[in-house]
Amino acid sequence: MGLVSRGTAAAGLGPARAAVRPRPPDAVPNLISTPPPEGAAPGSSRVPSMVLKAFFPTCCASADSGLLVGRWVPEQSSAVVLAVVHFPFIPIQVKELLAQVQQASRVGVAVLGTWCHRRQEPEESLGHFLEGLGAIFSHEPWLQLCRERGSKFWSCKATHRQVPTCPATSGEDQVMLVFYDQRKVLLSQLHPPAALPDRQAGDATASAVGLAAVFDTVARSEALFRSDWFDEGPVRLSHWQSEGVEASILVELAKWAAGPICLLLTCLLSLVSAASACRICPSGGCCFAAFQAQDRARLHGSLHGFMRPTRMFKLWPLSFVWSKLSTCEQLRHRLEQLTLVFSTQKAKNPTQLMRKANMLVSVLLDVALGLVLLSWLHRKDRIGQLADALIPVADHVAEELQHLLQWLMGAPAGLKMNRALDQVLGRFFLYHIHLWIGYIHLMSPFIECILWHVGLSACLGLTVALSILSDIIALLTFHIYCFYVYGARLYCLKIYGLSSLWRLFRGKKWNVLRQRVDSCSYDLDQLFIGTLLFTILVFLLPTTALYYLVFTLLRLLVVTVQGLIHLLVDLVNSLPLYSLGLRLCRPYRLAAGVKFRVLEHEAGSPLRLLMQINPLSYSRVVHTYRLPSCGCHPKHSWGSLCRKLFFGELIYPWRQRGDKQD
Amino acid sequence: MEDEQSFSDICGGRLALQRRYYSPSCREFCLSCPRISLRSLTAVTCTVWLAAYGLFTLCENSMVLSAAIFITLLGLLGYLHFVKIDQETLLIIDSLGIQMTSSYASGKESTTFIEMGKVKDVVINEAIYMQKVIYYLCILLKDPVEPHGVSQVVPLFQSAKPRLDCLIEVYKSCQEILAHQKAPSTSL
Repeated sequence: MGLVSRGTAAAGLGPARAAVRPRPPDAVPNLISTPPPEGAAPGSSRVPSMVLKAFFPTCCASADSGLLVGRWVPEQSSAVVLAVVHFPFIPIQVKELLAQVQQASRVGVAVLGTWCHRRQEPEESLGHFLEGLGAIFSHEPWLQLCRERGSKFWSCKATHRQVPTCPATSGEDQVMLVFYDQRKVLLSQLHPPAALPDRQAGDATASAVGLAAVFDTVARSEALFRSDWFDEGPVRLSHWQSEGVEASILVELAKWAAGPICLLLTCLLSLVSAASACRICPSGGCCFAAFQAQDRARLHGSLHGFMRPTRMFKLWPLSFVWSKLSTCEQLRHRLEQLTLVFSTQKAKNPTQLMRKANMLVSVLLDVALGLVLLSWLHRKDRIGQLADALIPVADHVAEELQHLLQWLMGAPAGLKMNRALDQVLGRFFLYHIHLWIGYIHLMSPFIECILWHVGLSACLGLTVALSILSDIIALLTFHIYCFYVYGARLYCLKIYGLSSLWRLFRGKKWNVLRQRVDSCSYDLDQLFIGTLLFTILVFLLPTTALYYLVFTLLRLLVVTVQGLIHLLVDLVNSLPLYSLGLRLCRPYRLAAGVKFRVLEHEAGSPLRLLMQINPLSYSRVVHTYRLPSCGCHPKHSWGSLCRKLFFGELIYPWRQRGDKQD
Repeated sequence: MEDEQSFSDICGGRLALQRRYYSPSCREFCLSCPRISLRSLTAVTCTVWLAAYGLFTLCENSMVLSAAIFITLLGLLGYLHFVKIDQETLLIIDSLGIQMTSSYASGKESTTFIEMGKVKDVVINEAIYMQKVIYYLCILLKDPVEPHGVSQVVPLFQSAKPRLDCLIEVYKSCQEILAHQKAPSTSL
């Protein structure tokens, strides 16, 4: 069969009645010089009884007759068709084009077979001619797809020229057609991502297994899809872009402008961060570093220096306050994100690109919500109302605390307190509140001005405004925090004293070296004093415990309110809005897998399937593309929290970055 | 080739199994669950509305009634869209893979496709479900690390829960197709 067609083509006769044919003269020497080697066809390793799967793009289903160009994957016995080459063509030019594409994309692109779309009356000559092409482009197995005019059912044949080792199997295979949407498969990204192929190897040794190999092949063959019908190239291809490469002017302009804009913004951001670092750190060390630097690497160095406050901040009280305020934490986080988004380095892989896009959308949404809040605040002079309401509220809180302390100094809930200690503690805390009220009244003329300026900060983002709110709450309830600390320290001391004296009472001692309890013989006077002190502490315990309980509950209430605000800030920070939007509008971009649909089928014709992309579910999108948040989460479990509360150890609800772990 | 048979599920409800043989290498099994019954729907709605009316007589606020209507509608929509599965389909394609589709009452379809390279076998397993011992069909997935191990068990027809006779029919058909996979590996 092969010899006959080779001979016919070599004679230059060809089917004279065919409407289109390749130009013979150049073809002849090529033919003779490259005959298909007998018994050693390339890529012929395949699993014998596997059904041959032909992945065919839906855009080529209505194309004219021609050659099928694509990649053969022998391990799965599947042929991925990428494009159709139309008549007239010169075989040498086709082979050159394929070699170019192979070099550019590292995908083993080859001619897989012929495609016949019979629009007019059936032509037997075309059939013979197409079979003859099998001699020019040798491929094992040789696919022949044929479609009749007005018929939905195709005919497919896959022939092997190689003599099969087992005489029982015929030279033909069963073929299954799988249609796929080329554009969607090209643009989609599989989750979890298949392993990247080894780029150092000459040919693409795809470590992508299964259907990921199809996605991989289409995605890497972009070089093949660059030419369209309006190009003056020697070879005319049919693929998803062959009717004209689509592009948008706005997208092109944005891409062209992105470079300079990113550079400008990166420099601006570095200056901003270096300036704020200089303002914090009066010792000229970092200023020197920032303004001396001429290249961006040093600016980045100062930027990173700014990110590590423990190294840069020299003035202790200011740096301590700075690290405790959540506003600064949030601003720092946003600055980091913006630096990453506007860095002039291109994203190395799609995950990084998504991360950048998510950060940008998050920042934009934040700023938009902040502006909405700002406009709402300024509409009916709400800032003035807020300022007017603030002082009475603070006064009211202080008065309520005073009432609470009076209640504790009496007989709270019917409990009998130790009179003297009660009076001492109560008066001490009352004096504190008196100081606090005085301080608030001192501040009252300036409150409106401060609030107005703070309100302006909402244009930096809703998260910044919420962080400021959280900080204001922390500042206004500072006296509750102080009371909690005093109560906790007192209680803690009492508990340690009690435990140590209890050991003395039993005749034991804590061995610091061995970290265990040892027996110890005490003198009589030691035992006497110890027992006396133990009794005193035991009888004073209820009073201290009650004060501690009350102030701890208040403190926990404040911490809960602040925690809720932080939760909201975290939500806005870490929600991947761009990915969610992409999942909503372009679900094929985020693919969890594929799904198949069996198309209309009749007995005798090969099975036709439609392969569609199965998009990722929303919960998995959020889980995969979630942005890292500030990291200010409570690190305690419930058990350790209860233990700390019982022993009176201070609770720090969230650890700021840079704090030492103790 | 298509045929339909009627079976019953583990609670005694009626199931319809539709088999389609597209080709020697491709088969589809479609199990239709019993539809949502008007009786249970009416019962639930009446209960919710009676409770709302009782609350209304207590607190004299008509918002309770509107809220009850709202909740009933939302609950029904949510149930139809997220909970009630009408049909479960199993499509097995030789040398490509196995696909499971669940169609919900609101028309939503959720599909999972497992490639043939990952499938070790399809078996019928026993399980203790509340006070019963039931049979269920499941796919065993290969462990990439250990060649003879099983990394995951994927149960099929989880909401239809057919009985053993139906499972045996599906199992036999699946094994005929999976036999093609195993034959070359044993001969090589």
